[in-house]
Amino acid sequence: MYTDILIRYGEIGLKGKNRKTFEKILVRNIKECLRDLGQFNVERTYGRIYLRQVDGLIDQIVERLARVPGIVSLSPVVKTGLDMEEIKEMALRVLEDALPDGGTFKVETKRANKNFPLISPEINRQVSAHLLINFSKELKVDVHNPDTVVFVEVRSEHVYLYSKVIDGPGGLPVGSSGRGLLLLSGGIDSPVAGWLGMKRGVIIDALHFYSFPFTSERSKEKVIELAKVLARYSGKMRLFIGYFTNIQKAIGLKCPERLHITIMRRMMFRMATEIAHRYNAKVLFTGESIGQVASQTLESMEVINAVTNIPVLRPLITMDKTEIMDLARKIGTYEISIQPYEDCCTVFVPDAPATRPRLKDAEAAEKDLMIDQLIKEAIERSTVLIITPDGVEAEYSLAEEQGVML
Amino acid sequence: MEEVVYLDNSATTRVAPEVIDAMVKMMEKDYGNPSSLHRMGITVEKKINKAREQIAKILGVKPKEIIFTSGGTEANNLAIRGVVYQYNKRGRHLITTRIEHPSVLNTFQRLEEEGFEVTYLPVDREGFISIEELKSAITPETILVSIMHVNNEIGTIQPIQKMGEVIKEINPRTIFHVDAVQSFGKLSLNPIQMKVDLLTISGHKIHGPKGIGALYCNEKINLKPLVEGGGQEWNIRSGTENVPGIIGLGLASQLIVKEREANVERLKDLKGWFLKELKKLIPDVKINGPESVEDIKEGKSAPYIINLSFPGLKGEVLLHALEDFNIYVSTGSACHSRKSAPSHVLQAIGLNQRELESAIRISLSFHTQKEELEYLLEHLPDLVVELRNLMQR
Repeated sequence: MYTDILIRYGEIGLKGKNRKTFEKILVRNIKECLRDLGQFNVERTYGRIYLRQVDGLIDQIVERLARVPGIVSLSPVVKTGLDMEEIKEMALRVLEDALPDGGTFKVETKRANKNFPLISPEINRQVSAHLLINFSKELKVDVHNPDTVVFVEVRSEHVYLYSKVIDGPGGLPVGSSGRGLLLLSGGIDSPVAGWLGMKRGVIIDALHFYSFPFTSERSKEKVIELAKVLARYSGKMRLFIGYFTNIQKAIGLKCPERLHITIMRRMMFRMATEIAHRYNAKVLFTGESIGQVASQTLESMEVINAVTNIPVLRPLITMDKTEIMDLARKIGTYEISIQPYEDCCTVFVPDAPATRPRLKDAEAAEKDLMIDQLIKEAIERSTVLIITPDGVEAEYSLAEEQGVML
Repeated sequence: MEEVVYLDNSATTRVAPEVIDAMVKMMEKDYGNPSSLHRMGITVEKKINKAREQIAKILGVKPKEIIFTSGGTEANNLAIRGVVYQYNKRGRHLITTRIEHPSVLNTFQRLEEEGFEVTYLPVDREGFISIEELKSAITPETILVSIMHVNNEIGTIQPIQKMGEVIKEINPRTIFHVDAVQSFGKLSLNPIQMKVDLLTISGHKIHGPKGIGALYCNEKINLKPLVEGGGQEWNIRSGTENVPGIIGLGLASQLIVKEREANVERLKDLKGWFLKELKKLIPDVKINGPESVEDIKEGKSAPYIINLSFPGLKGEVLLHALEDFNIYVSTGSACHSRKSAPSHVLQAIGLNQRELESAIRISLSFHTQKEELEYLLEHLPDLVVELRNLMQR
């Protein structure tokens, strides 16, 4: 029945001149996220976006778009001509879809087309009368608190009818706020942190630390799968595969066991900072949440954060695991995250990791590490993958690739 | 060594070139449906029957007692469920062991949910079932005993013939099923002599294709089919025959039994030599399963399966480290993000946590050369030392 989808993006915090840019970015992201479903005609009019001719794919499209940053809400709509009989007929079908068991309703008309012969209250009256007479189930008008509202929008060439309004995530379209680098482990939390960054318009590049043979090829494949899901919201993303094996070995050989995790995280932050500088990312994103594991106590964070001078954003910092899991399910990463392949955060967990490390202890424990040399070598041996929702589009080594811009 | 040193032959094997050729020919030329009435169908039917005869001959049974399936898993399912649903009027008691393949164990667990009573026989530290315990488990109610011939993880060879005799002596109506996926083509198998009524084999463990297996089923036994359809395989297993697979399995079985005795003798020596060298290089290695030279010689332990633990490291990490040298083995446990799910077989033979998580399995084929194991011995000790230093557990 529904022919089009109406997408509302509110006033995406829009300042006059920027508005066009935001809209363009949002339209591009919408097309990108539906790419595998087909090519859709997307129109921008009067501060709204219409997706045309989506018959048959409505449910799939709505489910996807409901997660695209920048979209405030969506409605599947029916399009009719400027003809009262046709409007009444379609209004009846919309109501039957929205209230299959009957209930209360009201009709609300917006008449943008001032040439239409009837004024809004008159349209409301006529449509309501038609619905009350012809609806097969119990039906009452309730103008204050109806179960459903049938909206009628009279435009210059068509009339749109709809009743369902599905909330989107709101926020800003990805690509409108600069670039951040996400530390992506393969667990449940980090993809969610990345998505929340995207929700505020940030372009997210991801960095995964790969530590063969301590982690397997499958853990890398898993992270690529996660990146493919995240790329649905932004179209494309970079995924750095950080070569971490030798750093891991050096830590294992030269540092006291209880500080392994702390120092490993410090090395990760050092490497991430270096990559962020190279690729013009302004901030780091992590999936940390206070107290979840030994490295995420406030004491650990202080000691780990001390190695970098760029802002480290932690969108999940005050969330409980259950809240994070709900979000992960919503954005489609949960099922992938729970696949049981180890990442380097889990292989090396000592029996008694330090939960309250002190900065001077960590610094002392690192004295035998050739930090700069290790980081330099690790970056040279890292690779970068360009990820789309369909898979890996390209792969470069970091040594040869000099900031291929997306 | 640029080449791949593939030591995971109990997981699967490389398909023999002759088998590939024969299968391709079937797909290119003899693509008829064996059920068709015309000449093209008849040609294929004949070839299928030839493959059936080839397998029957190796086992010393009748061709019509061979039922082709999609593999070992399906053959095990068909044997167990086929018997249980057909003969549940006779009794509702079943016997198996704690070290069976999941395709057997999970089927029995499902049958327990359906109200059957299952006895799971324990094993000793080497993986052997006690004949005495088997004896005392059999009752007049016992309709099926299912025991594997060679254990896929630790290589223990159960005394099947003795078991068959014991079972038939106590209750002649008890049906005996043997999962011989890891022994068919490598060890001698004679179901009639062994008093075995049902026997499972698989194509891809003997250099044949994946997705094909067979069940030997004594003609006196009626099986309830799991798959209904057009009535192929005497109505026991419907579905258009996997023709290339069947031809591949038939040929692979011919090829593997050709020099069997000589190959087995060679592998016995090779395994004995390897374990001796390994103990010199890594004194605290633990050998899981029957380990003495006599056990290998007397046929208590498969000469092509070696299971080892290196307490203090993780099997999966060692596996990946060997991968860097193009050496491919498997582990004794699947790793999970925060805990490992240790192998039920290694648990059954009583390994402790450190032994469980550090187990790897090396499995050979008749094509494995001494040089390959020498190459493994060149790298394994260093890796074990290095990883232990890192893991410090």
